[in-house]
Amino acid sequence: MIPLSHYLVVGALLFAISVVGIFINRKNLVIILMAIELLLLAANMNFVAFSYYLGDLSGQVFVFFILTVAAAEAAVGLAILIVLFRTRRSINVQDLDSLQG
Amino acid sequence: MRAQSRGPAKRMLSTAKTMTFLQLIFYIFATVLVGASLMVITVRNPVRAALFLVLAFFSAACLWLTLEAEFLAITLVLVYVGAVMVLFLFVIMMLDVNIAQMRAGFARYLPLGLIVAVVMAGELTLVMLSGEFGLDHAPRPVGQAADYSNTRALGEVIYTDYVFAFELAALILLVAIIAAISLTLRRRPQTRTQSPQKQVRVRKQDRLRVVQMPTSQQDKP
Repeated sequence: MIPLSHYLVVGALLFAISVVGIFINRKNLVIILMAIELLLLAANMNFVAFSYYLGDLSGQVFVFFILTVAAAEAAVGLAILIVLFRTRRSINVQDLDSLQG
Repeated sequence: MRAQSRGPAKRMLSTAKTMTFLQLIFYIFATVLVGASLMVITVRNPVRAALFLVLAFFSAACLWLTLEAEFLAITLVLVYVGAVMVLFLFVIMMLDVNIAQMRAGFARYLPLGLIVAVVMAGELTLVMLSGEFGLDHAPRPVGQAADYSNTRALGEVIYTDYVFAFELAALILLVAIIAAISLTLRRRPQTRTQSPQKQVRVRKQDRLRVVQMPTSQQDKP
């Protein structure tokens, strides 16, 4: 039998990997967006695992909504990325300091 | 995690033959998932990162299948692998990015990131393997009958208890569509386009002129 904790550990590992991905890919905005998708996947993994082991379908409903919001976030994020690349010719995060005071 | 899980897996081999196959599947897909997500954040080429992200989503969907979340697993493959990742690939291939310059400074943040990740994963694993989430506290359910439909059960919950949130989700998607279009739409003055309001308001006198001409005599029989 697979205990609940193993699913949770997979989710925790995914979460840690995507956080370190945001840390080390400080220049490429596309990879940062992908790491955010992985973060949401880690959260979804926990939701689905708890939903199954506790016998409650509400967890899966939450995953449904998280998927919706993540898809919207990816669409808007990529649109912003394209506009950024058009105006600055770069997607380097460190070039985007024109808003600092 | 591997060392913790190997022990019970070995013991299960002698007791229940059917459960070990599920465990085998779980550990294979969990390993592929973790490995693919590691590749996502470390490979040099963003296209390869997107493809590894596809692999990660696919193995996550397979893990969700072992949790009897069939609808969400298929949704993850269809929506994420089919739509969102293709969108990512489109954008990556549209952008002309200097990859070598992107990787500069990669090693600078690596120690800090590794420390944070190891501490975070260690703490979370410590809590989750403490026994509170073990089989004696949360036993694995026996599973639904063969005629159980996960999609039907999920739909019955979504369209009754969560119908307001469901419509809000639709609104969020609409806002995302409008935002994405209005952000990326640009008007070029030199492109030739139609102007519908001018087309509608045109009158017959503007376009058509009836000319009176004398009929010629030769054509008459």
